[in-house]
Amino acid sequence: MAVNIIKERWTSKVAESTLGPDGLKIGGESTLPFMHFEGEMPNRPVTALEVFDMEPADWPEMLKAPYADVLGDPVAWAKKVVDLGADMVALRLMSAHPDWKNASAEEVAKTAKAVADAISVPLIVIGCGVEEKDGEILPVVAEALEGKKALIGCVTQANYKSITAAANGYGHNLIASTPLDINLCKQLNILISEMGLPLDRIAFDPLVGALGYGIEYAYSIMERARLGALTGDKTLATPVVCFVGQEAWKAKEAKDPDVPEWGPQDERAILWETTTATTFAIAGGTIFILRHPESNKRFKAFIDESMKA
Amino acid sequence: MGLTGLEIFKQLPKKNCKECGQPTCLAFAMQLAAGKASLDACPYVSDAAREALDSASAPPIALIKIGAGEKALELGNETVLFRHEKRFEHPTAVTIQVSDNEDVKAKVEKINKLVFELVGQIHQVSMVAVANDSGDASKFADAVKTAQENTAYPLLLISSDVAAIEAALEVAGANKPVVYAADENNYEAMVNAAKKYDAPLVVKGNDLESLAALVEKVAALGYKNLILDSGARETSKVLQDQTQIRRQALKLFRPFGYPTIAFANNADPIVESLNASAFTAKYAGIVVVNSAEPQHILPILTLRLNVYTDPQKPIAVESKVYEILNPGPDAPVLITTNFSLSYFCVAGDTEGARQPAYIVTVDTDGISVLTAWAAGKFTPETIADTVKNLGVMDKVNHKKIIIPGGVAVLSGKTAELTGLEVIVGPGESAGLPSFFKKQWNQ
Ligand code: B12
Ligand code: SF4
Repeated sequence: MAVNIIKERWTSKVAESTLGPDGLKIGGESTLPFMHFEGEMPNRPVTALEVFDMEPADWPEMLKAPYADVLGDPVAWAKKVVDLGADMVALRLMSAHPDWKNASAEEVAKTAKAVADAISVPLIVIGCGVEEKDGEILPVVAEALEGKKALIGCVTQANYKSITAAANGYGHNLIASTPLDINLCKQLNILISEMGLPLDRIAFDPLVGALGYGIEYAYSIMERARLGALTGDKTLATPVVCFVGQEAWKAKEAKDPDVPEWGPQDERAILWETTTATTFAIAGGTIFILRHPESNKRFKAFIDESMKA
Repeated sequence: MGLTGLEIFKQLPKKNCKECGQPTCLAFAMQLAAGKASLDACPYVSDAAREALDSASAPPIALIKIGAGEKALELGNETVLFRHEKRFEHPTAVTIQVSDNEDVKAKVEKINKLVFELVGQIHQVSMVAVANDSGDASKFADAVKTAQENTAYPLLLISSDVAAIEAALEVAGANKPVVYAADENNYEAMVNAAKKYDAPLVVKGNDLESLAALVEKVAALGYKNLILDSGARETSKVLQDQTQIRRQALKLFRPFGYPTIAFANNADPIVESLNASAFTAKYAGIVVVNSAEPQHILPILTLRLNVYTDPQKPIAVESKVYEILNPGPDAPVLITTNFSLSYFCVAGDTEGARQPAYIVTVDTDGISVLTAWAAGKFTPETIADTVKNLGVMDKVNHKKIIIPGGVAVLSGKTAELTGLEVIVGPGESAGLPSFFKKQWNQ
């Protein structure tokens, strides 16, 4: 019996988005991840390394070490992660957090602009995570970054209005966060697009969990979203952002330097972060926000291999 | 499975003799299709038809049994392409390879130590592969003997030399190891060797086409205790072949109706571990690696646990009082559900904040805070009962409990039922460190 290769006839594809001043393209897949026999993956999954606008308080030593010389200097740090091979810089405006420095919108916007001016790769700007505060600072950041075509987030049901209006006005893309729920994701994408920001300028953040900490939920949500995208649901066809570094480095398995039965931390932590990333890559992730440069390198090597036809 | 009455009818003798108790062969076929009759009722059905009908009613992916004793395992019987459609049935057999050129005992002992506790359960690797790198049949048999004497894990015997496989099976055949592999050149002898012990046999092709052809030849020899290797070794090719084999099997393309094996072996253990995890998520029945180091294996076993968790049946922890960092009488009492993920989030973030605490897990049949609230399982009544029955307030010198921010609406009624002060915590456990700082330890 001859094998008749089964190729699904997908009717649609993932939206293709453009980021940064030089127009880095992401998304656009017309098949499941890496199923090159069936459809196109015109753009490879991309990475960003995180840069904090102040010295991170809760990073383990192993994660701080590669950035030891730049930790207090977001511009130098950003240049460094570009040198280390990140496709993008993900600037996190931690200083705006009311528990930290409670920095003002103007202060963080200045930092964001300085970082954007210092790099030629696309910039991702992430707020401090407090919905209300992000609703205040991100519109000001969007204005300061006019022309940079940045990816700004994260917007939620609670704060999308002010940020969407600004992103639209100043030509940026948005990250829309909804917790592990396909219907909430669709709903927020619709709300944002109804304000006039086209769907191909939204990236969907399913609030992923790390390996061992709920990775399976995000894995299945991404598979379902990709199937939705390929079968014509435009509200599920936005590229997917995976905050891998943030989640993986919360896990004991990455953070803890001294658990002999788990083996030495150096390889264990890198594998925790990278396995989380590769798992999402095979489920349909598009943008991978990582923390350790070695994870970035390992992940990109995996993508190189997976992209071979 | 899935055969229509007409398809079955084509295989029947068409005598319409009524001996089956049905008026016609067609009526009998309809009864069979509906599962209301057994083929045995027709005395005239031919052996060929019986064979065809039996195999047509077989599951899309055969159930294959490997090994003997407490570490015996099963593969196959999978029914879906995506875990959200139902669930994955038989977790990938993570297999560590030992060479007959190395110190087999030392490596096997190392493999035996790869035991991890994850969400309160024990997780281990599944098999030991012994590879005949020496090319010497008796050295191989010795290595297999050493492996068998030093581990309870089922074995995977890797050699293309039939004599070496026969020698190894003499040692280990009774324990049903997997035989690797029947290829184009040796398949008849390999089938005979495996058949003698009813050991599962890997059929190895050079691509999907040659694999299907070879499986048919092997099946024609009457052997169906099989596992498939498409020959792919590159990451991208393995992912595509594994997906294609699963798709074909679910569409009842019979030559691919068996579990698969994927080799992730790589000189770079990080690359190896990443590939092994990817192949585990994407359908490999067996995945083989070289490393026996815990830092390379723990991620694979963790991913296997996560991906193979039944999406409809979450993993639960016991409903009890958990003590984090030796809490004293002034430590906070945190209330959550017994969904393992909810508990481990709260426990992890509390530990991360270096905050000694008591965590009380309400029995919600293992579902999350909001899900359990929506399902009426995380309510003022269940919280009050649990707090009371577990006696947690006897351990502390205050009258406060902290509930998740997501269920703030429960606070009033819970306070009423318990007589305690109910503090609404943050919505996400990640907010606990700052909550402790600001609202508990001020
Ligand atoms: C996966 C899921 C399911 C799974 C269940 C998996 C499981 N084990 O729980 C399934 C598919 C079975 C399911 C079913 C249902 N679900 Co559901 N489900 C979800 C989903 C997507 C994720 C839940 C989850 O696992 N979260 C992760 C865990 C770790 O979160 P958590 O327990 O809340 O814990 C966090 C916080 O609460 C906090 N926390 C926990 N404990 C504590 C303790 C303290 C002291 C503090 C301070 C903090 C804290 O920290 C944790 C980490 O941040 C959510 C959407 C969402 N993103 O929340 C909907 C959701 C919870 N489900 C919902 C509903 C309605 C249902 C159903 C009733 C649907 C239906 N009609 O059948 C059923 C009910 C099930 C039943 N009858 O038994 C709704 C609830 C709506 C509401 N607010 O009332 C949600 C919010 C989706 C929605 N927006 O509609 N669901
Ligand atoms: S016994 Fe067999 S041959 Fe006779 S009617 Fe029934 S099915 Fe047909």
